Amino acid sequence: MSEARTFGYYPGCSGMGTSMEYERSTRAVCEALGIKLVDLEDWSCCGSTPAHTVDHVLSAALSGRNLSIAESMGLDTIITPCPSCLTNLKTATHRMENPAFKQKVDALLDKPANNTVTVKSVLQVIYEDVGPETIRQQVVRPLSGLAVAPYYGCIMNRPPDVMQFDDPENPIAMDEILSALGADVVPFGLKVECCGASHGIAQKDVVTTLSGRLIELAYAENAMAMVAACPLCQMNLDLRQGQINAANKSRYNMPVFYYTQLIGLALGLPEKQLGFDKLAVNPDKVLRAIQEQSHVAQ
Amino acid sequence: MKIGVFVCHCGSNIAGTVDTAQVAEAARALPGVAFATDTMYACSEPGQEGIIDAVKENELDGVVVASCTPRMHEATFRRTVERAGLNRYMFEMANIREHVSWIGKDMESNTNKAADLVAMAVAKLRENRLLFPKKFDINKRVMIIGGGVAGIQAALDCAEGGLEVVLVEKTTTIGGKMAKLDKTFPTVDCSSCILGPKMVDVAQHPNITLYAAAEVDDVSGYVGNFKVAIRRKQTYVDWNLCTGCGLCMEKCPSKKTPDPFNEFVGTTTAINIPFPQAIPKKASINAETCIMLRKGKCGKCAEVCPTEAIRFDQKEEIAHEEVGAIVAATGYDLFDHSIYTEYGGGRIRDVITSMQYERMLSASGPTGGHVKRPSNGEEPKSVVFIQCVGSRDKSVNRPYCSGFCCMYTAKQTILTKDHIPDSQSYVFYMDIRSPGKNYDEFTRRAMEEYGARYIRGRVAQVYEKGDKLIVRGADTLTGTSIEVEADLVVLAVGAESTRGASALAEKLRISYDTYGFYMESHPKLKPVETNTAGVFLAGCCQGPKDIPSSVGQGSAAASKVLTLFSKDQLESDPQISQVDIKRCIGCGKCISTCPFGAIKEIDFRGQPKAEVIETVCQGCGICTSTCPQGAIQLQHFTDNQILAEVMSLCPPLLEKSFE
Repeated sequence: MSEARTFGYYPGCSGMGTSMEYERSTRAVCEALGIKLVDLEDWSCCGSTPAHTVDHVLSAALSGRNLSIAESMGLDTIITPCPSCLTNLKTATHRMENPAFKQKVDALLDKPANNTVTVKSVLQVIYEDVGPETIRQQVVRPLSGLAVAPYYGCIMNRPPDVMQFDDPENPIAMDEILSALGADVVPFGLKVECCGASHGIAQKDVVTTLSGRLIELAYAENAMAMVAACPLCQMNLDLRQGQINAANKSRYNMPVFYYTQLIGLALGLPEKQLGFDKLAVNPDKVLRAIQEQSHVAQ
Repeated sequence: MKIGVFVCHCGSNIAGTVDTAQVAEAARALPGVAFATDTMYACSEPGQEGIIDAVKENELDGVVVASCTPRMHEATFRRTVERAGLNRYMFEMANIREHVSWIGKDMESNTNKAADLVAMAVAKLRENRLLFPKKFDINKRVMIIGGGVAGIQAALDCAEGGLEVVLVEKTTTIGGKMAKLDKTFPTVDCSSCILGPKMVDVAQHPNITLYAAAEVDDVSGYVGNFKVAIRRKQTYVDWNLCTGCGLCMEKCPSKKTPDPFNEFVGTTTAINIPFPQAIPKKASINAETCIMLRKGKCGKCAEVCPTEAIRFDQKEEIAHEEVGAIVAATGYDLFDHSIYTEYGGGRIRDVITSMQYERMLSASGPTGGHVKRPSNGEEPKSVVFIQCVGSRDKSVNRPYCSGFCCMYTAKQTILTKDHIPDSQSYVFYMDIRSPGKNYDEFTRRAMEEYGARYIRGRVAQVYEKGDKLIVRGADTLTGTSIEVEADLVVLAVGAESTRGASALAEKLRISYDTYGFYMESHPKLKPVETNTAGVFLAGCCQGPKDIPSSVGQGSAAASKVLTLFSKDQLESDPQISQVDIKRCIGCGKCISTCPFGAIKEIDFRGQPKAEVIETVCQGCGICTSTCPQGAIQLQHFTDNQILAEVMSLCPPLLEKSFE
C-alpha cells in the first residue's frame, strides 16, 4: 500500500459513550489500513436526529461549525463512522450550496464554512480508497465459516443524491469487505430497512417489531451474526435484543458486530482494541467458531 | 402586382381575440393590395370559392391568407389559387392563430401583430416568382426494415399489391417479439400458430426478398429513388446450401451458449437455429462461444453437415438495393429491470421478467412449457406479478405507459392457473389499462374466473427469506401495507425504443422523440407518415403497441406505399437552391456545408462553380446563409424575399439586391 492517507476525523457523540467499541475499532482498523486520522479540535455535536426536526438552519449551523474547524485545520475531507453524523454533515453541505440558505447559517457562526470540505463515511473510505482487494491481501486470520448478515441501516446511502455512495436500495460495500475477510455473506434482503431508530424511548413496540423483523430474517438466512455500521442500529439490535425477545416471544441470541470489529479481527489486531467485551449479546461462541475453522484451515 | 388578402376568423379561434375586420382594413392600405376582406372559415368550401371569385373578379396576381399554421393548410390554399388560375407559389400564408390568437388575449396588441404579419406576407408575395415543379420517375420497390409482426404485415400487403419488397431483419429470423410469446390476449390463442403461417408466406412469396442477419448501413436518395446499403452480418454458414436439417445442432459440443430467443432462461448450442418455426430456417454460429472460431479446433458441425455449408472464414458483406419507399418497423426493446435494485432482478434468481415467464410457459421453450422456479426447479404455488416496471415512472425516465403490460399480465395469471391449478397469483398494479376490444372483459375474467388477486399499489421491496420471496408493498385501497410470500416474482417490464433506433432515424432522416420512438408526421391525421417523404412507420418503433395495433399500422403503412406508387411519376418540389453562375466564385463553402451532399463542383469555362443536384436538394437553406457572395439562393425563400419581410416591419436601410 502507498503512503498514509490523511483525513479529518469526526467521532460523533455516540463514539464517546454508547458505541465506544465502534470508535476504538475504527481507529485501530484505520491505522492498520494506512488511513491517518486527524481529530477535529473542539468539535461539537452534529445535532443528531432532533436538531433538524426543529430548524434546518440551526441544524446546519451545528455542522457548519465543525466544517469550518476542518477548513481552518487545512483538511479537505472529514470522515465519520456514524451515519447520523454523516447525514447531518452531508445535508448541511448540500443545503449550503444554496446561497440564501448559507447566508442564514453564516450569520450564526463566528467563522463561516466555505464549502471546501468533502464529507465521507469511514465505510466509504475503506471501500473506495483502500478497497476489498487490498484488505484481502492483509487478512491474517480469515473469518471462514462465519455466516454474517450485513445491515447498513436506512440513512447510510439515502437519499442517494445527497449521500452519493453505493446503491440506495441494495448497497454492497460491506458485503464485499466482509467477503474479502473470508466471511460468508448471506443474502440479506432488509439491508436498508429501518430498525426503529430512536423510537426505542418513545414507542418501544416500534423498535421491537422492526428490529425483531431484521433479526428474524438474519436467522432465516442462517446467519450466525449481524454486522452493523450505525451505533443506533447496533444498539437496537444488540442491547435491546432482550426486549425484542420479550415482546415477540422469541429466543434470539444473535451477536451484532460493527464491521470495523470484524475487519480488525481478520487483520489480526489485538482483541482488546476491538471492544468485543462491550457487546451485549455475548459473541464468544461465534468468535470461537471462526478460530476453530481457521485452525482446521491451517 | 395585384394582391388579395383574406383574413380568416377561424370561428372564435382567431376572431375571439383578433379584430379581423381591422386587420383586413389595414391590409387594404398596403402597397400592391387590390382586395382585402375577412372571412369566417377560409378553408371551408364557401371560403375557398370566395377566394377564387375574388381572384377572377379583381384579376389578382397573388393571394395572402391570414389564418392558421402553413403545416395545416398551406397545401389546401395552394390548390385553391391554382384552381383560380394562378401559379401555386403566388400564395403566402400569415399565421395569426398559433402565432397570435392562441398565445395572447389582448385584442389590441393581437390585432396589431396580426396586421404586421399580414404586411410581411404581402411584402414577400410582391417578390415571389412563378415556380414550376419537375417530374421524375418512381422506382416501385419498397424496403421494410424489421421483420416483426408489423413489418411482416407491411411486407405481405405490399407484395400482394404487386410490389417488389425487400425485407431487412437484424436477427437471424423474422417473427420479432411475437414469435417469443406463448399465447396472445384476449383470445388466448397460440402466438406461433397465427404468426407462423404469415412467416412462411414471407419466405414463399415470389415478390419478397428477405435479408435476415442484416442491418441498414446507409440510406441516400429521396422519395421514389432511395439507394440503400445493407450490411449482411456473417453467420459462418452458407445459407444457400443450409437446409435447416439441424444435424449440426445435435453434434455441437458447445452447449452453454446464451440463448437470446429464450430470454437467456435456457442455453443453446454455438451453432443453432433459434426456434423450430424460424424463417429462414438456417443455422448460424455464435462466434463468441464457437470452439472452432475461438480456439481454432473442433469443426464438428462442418464434419456432419450433409451439404458442406459451414464457412468459418465467412466475412460480412454489403448489399445494395434501390427502392422508392421505406417502411421502418424496427419494434421495441424491453426495459432493463435490474435498474430497480429493490426488486432484486438480476440478483435474486426467482425474480424474472414477463418475457422470461412467457418463454417458460411456451411448450417449445427451454422448460418444455413447465413453470419452474429458476433456483430449485420446483413448481411455484404463489406467483406475484409486479406491474409498471419501467412504465409510468419518472424516476427511471419512463413516464409513459407501455400500454400492453396490464393485458399480458392478466393473460399470464390465467395461464398460470391453467398450468398449476392449485396456484395463487397476485398482481400489484397502479391502474388497469385495458381499453381494447374485449380487453376489459379479459382482465375481469382473470380476476373473477381465475381468481387472480389484484392489489392496487406499488411494491417497495422484494427480498429472500429462506427459499421464499417476500414481496412488500402498499395496498392503497385499504390504506395498509401488505406482505405476500411468493415462490416466483414476475416483473411486468415496459417497452422502450429499440437499441440503435436513433442511429437508424438519422440515416433515414426522420425525427424521434426524447425516448427514441419515431415521430409520426401528425399525431392524429398522419399516423404512419414521417416528415421525410417516402418513409413510413409501422409498429412499436413509433410507440408501444399491442399486436392488433401493430398489424393495423403495418397494413396502413403498406397502403400508403401503394398510394404513393399508384402514380408513375412524382413532382419534385421547386423550393430548392439555385446557383447564380455569374456571382459564384467557386469557393466550395456550400459544398462542404450541405448536409445532403446536394451540391457538386462543376467546371464552367475553366472556372470551378457550384451546381445544385435538384433531386437531392431538400431546401434547407444552409448553403444560402453560407455563400459569401449571395450567389446561391433558395427558391421561394430568397434573400430579397426575406429582406422584404424584414423591411416591411423596419424602415429600409439597404437597397442592394442579392439576386
